[in-house]
Amino acid sequence: MIRRMLWLVLISGALAGCRDWQSAANQAGAEAARIWSLTLLFTIVLGLVWLAVMVAVAIVIRRRQNPPVSLHDATLEDAGHRRNSRVVGSLLAATALTVAILTVLSFIAQRPLFAGRAATAGIRLIGHQWWWEVRYDGATPSQMFTTANEIHIPVGTPIRLSLESNDVIHSFWVPSLAGKQDLIPGHNNSIELLARRPGLYRGQCAEFCGLQHAHMGLLVVAEEPDAFEKWQAAQRAAAEQPQESDRATGAQVFASKPCALCHTIRGTPAGGTVGPDLTHLGSRAYIGADVLPLTPGTLAAWIADPHSVKPGVNMPPVQLQGDELNAVTAYLIGLK
Amino acid sequence: MPRAAAMPRPANQRDTGLDDAELRERLAYTWGRRPGIVGWLSTVDHKEIGRRYIATAFVFLALGGLLAASIRLQLARPEAHVVGPDLYNQIFTTHGSNMMFLFAVPVMQAFSLYLVPLMVGNRNIAFGRLGAYSYWMFLAGGIFLWVSFLLDIGPDVGWFAYVPLSGPQYGIGKRPDVWAQMITFTEVASMAAAVQTIVTVFKHRAPGMKLTEMPLFVWAMLVTAFMIIFAMPAVMIASTSLILDRLVGTHFFNPSEGGSALLFQHLFWFFGHPEVYIIFIPGTGMVSAIVETFARRPVFGHIAMIISLVATGMLAFGLWVHHMFATGLPELGASFFTIMSMTIAIPSGLQIFCWLTTLFTGTPVIRTPLLFIFGFFFIFVLGGMTGVMVASIPIDLQVHDTFFVVAHFHYVLIGGAVFPLIGATYYWFPKITGRMMSERLGTWNFWLAFIGFNVAFFPMHILGMLGMPRRVYTYQHDVGWEGLNLTSSIGALILAASFALFFFNMWRSARTGALAGPNPWGAGTLEWLAESPPLPHNFDQIPVVTHATPLWAERESLPIVSGISVNKREILVTSLTDARPEIREASPDSSIWPLIAAIATTVAFIASIFSPWAVVWGGALVGVTLIGWFWPKTIQEDLE
Repeated sequence: MIRRMLWLVLISGALAGCRDWQSAANQAGAEAARIWSLTLLFTIVLGLVWLAVMVAVAIVIRRRQNPPVSLHDATLEDAGHRRNSRVVGSLLAATALTVAILTVLSFIAQRPLFAGRAATAGIRLIGHQWWWEVRYDGATPSQMFTTANEIHIPVGTPIRLSLESNDVIHSFWVPSLAGKQDLIPGHNNSIELLARRPGLYRGQCAEFCGLQHAHMGLLVVAEEPDAFEKWQAAQRAAAEQPQESDRATGAQVFASKPCALCHTIRGTPAGGTVGPDLTHLGSRAYIGADVLPLTPGTLAAWIADPHSVKPGVNMPPVQLQGDELNAVTAYLIGLK
Repeated sequence: MPRAAAMPRPANQRDTGLDDAELRERLAYTWGRRPGIVGWLSTVDHKEIGRRYIATAFVFLALGGLLAASIRLQLARPEAHVVGPDLYNQIFTTHGSNMMFLFAVPVMQAFSLYLVPLMVGNRNIAFGRLGAYSYWMFLAGGIFLWVSFLLDIGPDVGWFAYVPLSGPQYGIGKRPDVWAQMITFTEVASMAAAVQTIVTVFKHRAPGMKLTEMPLFVWAMLVTAFMIIFAMPAVMIASTSLILDRLVGTHFFNPSEGGSALLFQHLFWFFGHPEVYIIFIPGTGMVSAIVETFARRPVFGHIAMIISLVATGMLAFGLWVHHMFATGLPELGASFFTIMSMTIAIPSGLQIFCWLTTLFTGTPVIRTPLLFIFGFFFIFVLGGMTGVMVASIPIDLQVHDTFFVVAHFHYVLIGGAVFPLIGATYYWFPKITGRMMSERLGTWNFWLAFIGFNVAFFPMHILGMLGMPRRVYTYQHDVGWEGLNLTSSIGALILAASFALFFFNMWRSARTGALAGPNPWGAGTLEWLAESPPLPHNFDQIPVVTHATPLWAERESLPIVSGISVNKREILVTSLTDARPEIREASPDSSIWPLIAAIATTVAFIASIFSPWAVVWGGALVGVTLIGWFWPKTIQEDLE
């Protein structure tokens, strides 16, 4: 009993004291809400079963001294065997019944999960070591665009993501919205997100994928449909030509240094596809797959030496002079 | 025990017509090992090998525990720099691989090697030389993994080594090869020990010991041995195909060449899930032995217990896909595995009910071993409950690959296997060393372990719910996991202290513990008939068994078999179900060849991660040593 109370205190303390944007208990998505109810139900039923066993153990322990026995007596006759067999038999039947009921409940809860698998996906999510490529589909090529590590979805509309991998197995998991689903090379998986209220929901790769598995985060931004439309329209546009002189210098540096070999900035000659698309980098909240919040300072630190922020990341350090670094940073952060 | 000075050897002396002292002396001479270091290296005595196996596995437990402690130090604070990501990945991979392949499975088989021949009333285990070979292979595999780890080429792809991460393109250097070949070592070792257990149980039981009346510990080991034989080849195929992909460019797991990344997961978990039960079922055998002795009555529902052991062993092979619910399998297939995973709760529940009934209707005497069994009930049952949760697909999709699962399987494995194992160590330590372990330290040991374990692992359930994935070397400040992680790390330190106390208690008790005598607990099974520690031949005379707890049924004196040779290693072969005596059979003498064969195999295995040709010349090398091993000797009987 004390343990269970302790548990409740622990849970509530843990939930109250922190941000819950990566918590399964923060049921912002339809699927997450279904799973959370099922989890609570299972926890209560199974917790009671556990408690019953513990009561039995406690009774056994309390009975021990009466009568006191030595280690040289042992009894071979099995008094009350029939009655005890009946008790054990009934407990066994109760166990079977409990697991049968839980199985049925689980099957009912899983139906929506499997129902939508055939639906067409509006977003392709491609896993890379250690970042997420996000491609929004559209009716015409001009409506398609690519971004990274940040997925915007409209509230109230089911959005299906197709899950692919470019290298090793990753797993897409945004606990506040839904359960997880793996990104496996050579397999086509998909998952549906249905956000019920606007907000920022953090996710993280859940399948061990190498050195920086710990820093493969992503952000899902659920927003009202008109805000989403606005965001989508902005993302579809190519990058603006920089007006300010330092940003123009930055654009030149970007194009002339190795940056352009790996990154795409639509509307410029930079068309690399190895790294994340940076066309609207300035509009994102984080850099480095959710490692650092995006500010001029963090971005400059990242460009100057990505390995000090995320050891082993596939982006090589690029030799830049101090003013070049400042110019590139200003250029990129201005790509709203 | 080294052989005494040379004794006169009469032609073929049988055990009739000798007085007790002379009989004992002659048998001990016949079954003892030769003097000197060569004698030590060539022994085939199941007790010597079992003891080495247990000691070595405990060393690996301690080493694996150090890795666990460094994991908890790193995770105690967000963005900590105790270890970097590269070392961390090697640490958690080596921790998992070590605990599964070098500690949990071997230590259980080690207890089987030591205890099963004693419990079934025999003088040695079947195929004694195979046991020696098994031990040397296990030792070599363990050293191989740990030396690799110290040389910074320890595996870093997880104990499950999923492709493509472990494949030729992404698995750097030799690290995944070390993992795959370590599997091969421990596979060979555990398959060998499994064969020995099965044959000993089936053909070398004391006359009269029916299969149905065999101790539940022996039953558990029998079921485990069969599971090893059916499960281990699957992972051997997985690891060997992985090596082939890496070394000679096959494409078993390469999707762009028609291979499948998922195939590896199926093969691995077809082994990996039964593996959990390979560790847990021996634990239940230990629980049964301890509950029986300290409840002072035979376990309630002996037959029901046997049925649940066998049922658990079979159902365990139908659970593997619940490790793969997130891979996008079709609904019908995945649902089947939900049902199976739920169903296995039923035989496990039956065992719990039978133990509780035994304790309830018996007169429990609380000693350290039984304390650990109470800890087992508390922890394992909770782990079983979370096991039911992860059997449900929707819940699993949320908690899979999170710290919730880390908590779950540590509750199941530490609760279900390690607590019974520590209890079993307190219980059988007097048999193995002849001295009792300290009860006072034992009580401290239990409470530290119990509190430390729960403080370390319970918070992980909540961490998983809060979104913390497994296998991350660090986590950020803004997700709210600091407090629980710090709590968990403090618990881990308490748990580590309990293990330090456990080892200290063993070390001290082996020197200064109270002398135990043959049967300090007044237990009912045959191993307590032998001296503590047992003489090389185990029993002066082979008992005849008429009851499941022979020492309780026949208080005064057990009936015995006579007519067995005292100056040749001779054991009795009995029939499968009823243990009717069939023939006398020679038991292998000591031999250095198992060690030489193990060295040759080790050379071949390790060289083969550098060149495929090593399989060719290494195979020939091993073949030569096997010829030495099986070289026919003139048997005295043939001359008579």
